[in-house]
Amino acid sequence: MSFPWAQQYEPKNGLTKFLDEKLPLPRLVYNAVGAGYPVPRNLSYFWNFGVLAGFCLVLQIVTGVVLAMHYAPNTLVAFDSTEHIMRNVNWGWLMRYAHANGASAFFVVVYIHIFRGLYYSSYKAPREMIWLLGVVIFLLMMATAFMGYVLPWGQMSYWGAKVITGLFGAIPLVGEGIQNWLLGGFAPDNAALNRFFSLHFLLPFVIAGVVILHIWALHIPGSSNPTGVEVKKESDTLPFHPYYTAKDGFGLGVFLIIYFAFVFFMPNALGHPDNYIPANPLSTPANIVPEWYFWPFYAILRAFTADFFFVPAKLMGVLAMFASILVWFFLPWLDKSPVRSGHYRPLFRKFFWFGLIPAIVVLGYCGGAHLSTTTILLSQIFTAYYFLHFLVILPIISLIERPEPMPYSITEAVLGHDPDSKLGPKPTTASPAKA
Amino acid sequence: MIRIFGILTGLLFTVAVLWSFIVDTGAAISEPAPETAEEKYHLYPKGPEGGFAHEGLFAKWDTAQLQRGYQVYKEVCSACHSLRLVAFRNLGEIGYDEGQVKAEAASWQVPGVDPNTGEATMVEGSPTDYFPKPYANDIAARAANNNAIPPDLSLITKARHDGTNYVYDLLTGYREQPAELVEEFPEAKTAEGQYYNPFFHSLNISMAPPLTGTGQGTYGEGNPEPTIEQMAEDVTAFPAWTAEPALVKRRQAGWAFLLFLVFATVLAYFSKKQVWARAKGGDVGEASVKED
Repeated sequence: MSFPWAQQYEPKNGLTKFLDEKLPLPRLVYNAVGAGYPVPRNLSYFWNFGVLAGFCLVLQIVTGVVLAMHYAPNTLVAFDSTEHIMRNVNWGWLMRYAHANGASAFFVVVYIHIFRGLYYSSYKAPREMIWLLGVVIFLLMMATAFMGYVLPWGQMSYWGAKVITGLFGAIPLVGEGIQNWLLGGFAPDNAALNRFFSLHFLLPFVIAGVVILHIWALHIPGSSNPTGVEVKKESDTLPFHPYYTAKDGFGLGVFLIIYFAFVFFMPNALGHPDNYIPANPLSTPANIVPEWYFWPFYAILRAFTADFFFVPAKLMGVLAMFASILVWFFLPWLDKSPVRSGHYRPLFRKFFWFGLIPAIVVLGYCGGAHLSTTTILLSQIFTAYYFLHFLVILPIISLIERPEPMPYSITEAVLGHDPDSKLGPKPTTASPAKA
Repeated sequence: MIRIFGILTGLLFTVAVLWSFIVDTGAAISEPAPETAEEKYHLYPKGPEGGFAHEGLFAKWDTAQLQRGYQVYKEVCSACHSLRLVAFRNLGEIGYDEGQVKAEAASWQVPGVDPNTGEATMVEGSPTDYFPKPYANDIAARAANNNAIPPDLSLITKARHDGTNYVYDLLTGYREQPAELVEEFPEAKTAEGQYYNPFFHSLNISMAPPLTGTGQGTYGEGNPEPTIEQMAEDVTAFPAWTAEPALVKRRQAGWAFLLFLVFATVLAYFSKKQVWARAKGGDVGEASVKED
């Protein structure tokens, strides 16, 4: 689907005519990310992060495939083969640092992408499916990143694998069986390392598949935009190419500068020193922590310290940790406010900037810090807020909030006036922006 | 329906976590966790004054220092600490020529096979060999070192928080245990066979002070005096190199990448501006005209 005014692909020479007849791949690309895709003309730089996430996925697959040519998934040599890459493989250190920091960059970009979606309620109708697929991608990313971190078989690899698979052990009755089945043994060992490597190689391609669905679903209603007002007419949009290809090109440049500053000048800043110690099942690290991008969820896991009636604390923590992401699946139906953009939602905006964002930052800090009474108590307060925010506060403010006046159209938002808006009554209070 | 179910689920998790909060707050008030000797006396590393020669965005290895560090490793540390990820050939990267690398390799005994009998034996090292381990296995290492395994040094500066400064401060940080520490925390008293070092995580370390400053050889003509500080700095720079041999190359490649990227990004910025100039203002209806 596309808007009726979308530019049409016209094959110009014999080759493209041949292709268009037999396999219209150029047409597909033209309609997906070319001049054939009309995009709201008012997108801010926050709309760059989808393309950047796609770039990160490609970057991870390319560097990862090269690393896999030199890495050996066996507990006896995994650590040393990683160091072999760092020391003896030509530019191997660049591949590995690019891959390790690429994971962090991927998560930075995806988190900004997700929180852009939360602020502008990109999950609302008609874009629910894009959001749902996005959450699926995020879950797959978490699994992939976790298994990738196990591969160097350092101390944090081993103990991280032990803690995370141990979570399944909290499930009543069948937990221990599931844990042993996942690991292929009673503790992380060669069987676990081998299957983690296999899955770590497979899942990125699964992600790529879901990304295609994500983009397909995006092209049904078209991109959202910062006003949340739907596209009404041609003057609301610009063709993706050259306008957004140019904008994404600049955004990619800025991203690459920051990313390579990490890769070349502080490649270990985001890692944990313990992972440069070979895995040792007999020596537990003082503080077992996952990579930074899991810290908020790890803090939620550790916040549940007391048994709740007949539910053991550990099980409650595991349930809460999974629920903290699964709750995103229900957002389109929890937040019923007809207004999308946080720009026009005064109450929502306050809770977003002064509630949700600080809660996640503090949870992130507590998840990475040494366990202490202070970090535990802070985690508990902000875990409570996290669940209240999505499951209680959002549904309630969507009922009681009085939105601010919105522009009639994207054209009006950009140019300050829209000749068409005189035709209809200019809304003074927001109404459902159904085009 | 979803919202009612959601609110109930949200309240369930909230109540459960606040219950934990109440229980933990009660525990923290009724029996606050006692301060430990580690919390009170542990020191975070600062490193040598002026930092290391290889630190900084443009800095290079000080190969003379790395060679001195290698000498200290060979004469002092290698008695207990392995360097298993480094081969003798790597010494060519810190300023030794081919003949010197061969000579250095030959000065080490590495495990090998007797060519006549096929039995395991020790042979002279060659450049392709890796640094030998001082102990046959972990049990032997523990037995000789007060039940502590001397860690491998290949990656040591990356395997500790602020590792380079940590190694330097650990080597120079030995001192008398403060009397008030023992008074306040009798159980933290330095045990027989251990040494007090506030930079070590548990304050008491099983490694005897390795650098004594006197009688540990000389650096030879044209080199600084082998004081404890000087030796510590040199023998810290050496594992900083073994941990990250590509450091200097990495930074140089980094500048090339960044210069190119800044240039490309400036170009991308101006092309973006130029492209978007067509869309701003003007007739709204003409905003998306077909023109390329």
